[in-house]
Amino acid sequence: MEGLLTDLEVIRKDFPILERELADGHRLVYLDSANTSQKPQVVIDTMVDHLEHHNANIARAMHQLGAESTQAFEAARDKVAGFLNAPSRDEVIFTKNASEALNLVARTFPLGPGDRVVITEMEHHSNIVPWQLATERTGAELRWFGLTDDGRLDLSNIDELLTPQTKVVALTWVSNMLGTINPVAEIARRAHEVGAVVVLDASQAAPQLPIDVQAVDADFLAFTGHKVTGPTGIGVLWGRTELLDALPPFLGGGEMIATVSMEKSTWAPIPHKFEAGTPPIVEAVGLGAAIDYISHIGLDNIHAHEQAITGYLLDGLASVSGVKVLGPLDPAARGGAVAFELDGVHPHDVAQLLDSRGIAVRAGHHCAKPAHKRFGVQSSTRASSYLYTTPAEIDALIDGLEHTKNYFKVG
Amino acid sequence: MDLDSLYQEIILDHYRNPHHAGLREPYDAQVHHVNPTCGDEVTLRVQLDHGRVVDVSYDAEGCSISQASASVLTDLVIGQPLEEALVKHETFLALMQGKGQVEPDEDVLEDGIAFAGVAKFPARIKCALLSWMAFKDAALQAESTAKEANDV
Repeated sequence: MEGLLTDLEVIRKDFPILERELADGHRLVYLDSANTSQKPQVVIDTMVDHLEHHNANIARAMHQLGAESTQAFEAARDKVAGFLNAPSRDEVIFTKNASEALNLVARTFPLGPGDRVVITEMEHHSNIVPWQLATERTGAELRWFGLTDDGRLDLSNIDELLTPQTKVVALTWVSNMLGTINPVAEIARRAHEVGAVVVLDASQAAPQLPIDVQAVDADFLAFTGHKVTGPTGIGVLWGRTELLDALPPFLGGGEMIATVSMEKSTWAPIPHKFEAGTPPIVEAVGLGAAIDYISHIGLDNIHAHEQAITGYLLDGLASVSGVKVLGPLDPAARGGAVAFELDGVHPHDVAQLLDSRGIAVRAGHHCAKPAHKRFGVQSSTRASSYLYTTPAEIDALIDGLEHTKNYFKVG
Repeated sequence: MDLDSLYQEIILDHYRNPHHAGLREPYDAQVHHVNPTCGDEVTLRVQLDHGRVVDVSYDAEGCSISQASASVLTDLVIGQPLEEALVKHETFLALMQGKGQVEPDEDVLEDGIAFAGVAKFPARIKCALLSWMAFKDAALQAESTAKEANDV
């Protein structure tokens, strides 16, 4: 199959969990990577090594371990900056996840009555709810890009949505439900014409596309560590220096101040202004190892692999009668998460039957209820691949769906 | 993994042919409950008459377990004194939360004993309980409405 990672079997050996045997002797078939990715041995080992040999608090411990821990933490920041092609490492802010990163912007960005925030119907709840809260709090208006029937952004009313009132355009780079890859550079260009800032949710893009914040001309970008083979508990907000400098602090506490007196405090420069308290140190170190790992394989190669597997998955799903895929059917236009319905069987029951064969998928609304509503679907089953996914695992899924139909006596 | 203990024939029968489905008038109380993790939803109405459950009607969207559970619920509680119906609720709840260790009482739960296997699948317990929780909520609202009416 063209596009697959050539050393796929070697790569799979990097992920100990893929050897896992589940109930009834079934080998794990992990097709839930859009939910969270599995972790390579090097990430696990790096984190264990840090805890075993270098553990100390950062930026305040005046001893050798403190220096080592600080260096490891700050090296992770450098790796993230390189991964995003950020102009400055100080623009990389560690958060606990992408949700916190998006909340940071929504909570601190100056908005008021008469201002407008534009989001899209395909957003994850983490890029909807913070903006609902922000607009309710400030009296700004919240507007939405709609979706086309084939699961793309409907940009036909972009001139109406993007006006000089529009202060923020927040959208996902790759949809976690429809898989759609959005034309973020084009939307950023149009947003900048009216003076709006662009906030990109790259949670699904960062694992599988080369990310270049300068090339797409983003203003803020969020992603999470655990979907890029890193640990949970660590996310990233990247933002332009001048914008981050202008925002007020998000959380107050240790490490985010320049000086504190009883009358008043002043703030540390970025990134520390936004990193109150002891950060997730070993998680950041683990994220650094994860970025090294996927960068070594190459994001272009990972993207090609995902496209090949996704194409094979879409073909397989098309062969199962009663399956309806949500989102674009062209693998070149989408990422590696494919949500679908199976006629006559609820997604919960599909996932349960697949799980009984060791196949892990997600069932539900995938934190994208408005997108489901747009397509008149209450919930769906989602299979999502990653750099370790093989065609044989897709075959197992397709067999599992036929088995599910037989079990529930449909089709 | 014992799938057949989860998907008992009785459950699949209720799923395919749910009893008492649809929303009906009159009703004393209506509630809307959701399972936020999966999005399953039920709108459920309860009508009481002199302390007796005379109707439970519902519109449910969800998996086989949640749909079948709503169907079994209505079979068990319609026509019962509210107190009896709430005892059945308690019994069903105890069965679901029993981690598969509770022996179901067929005299109380009838077809509901088919859900004993669900208790071994933690992810599905909420599915089985969705309509039962909605029923208790609606029934207590209906009861307090009736009490207020009597107080006037």
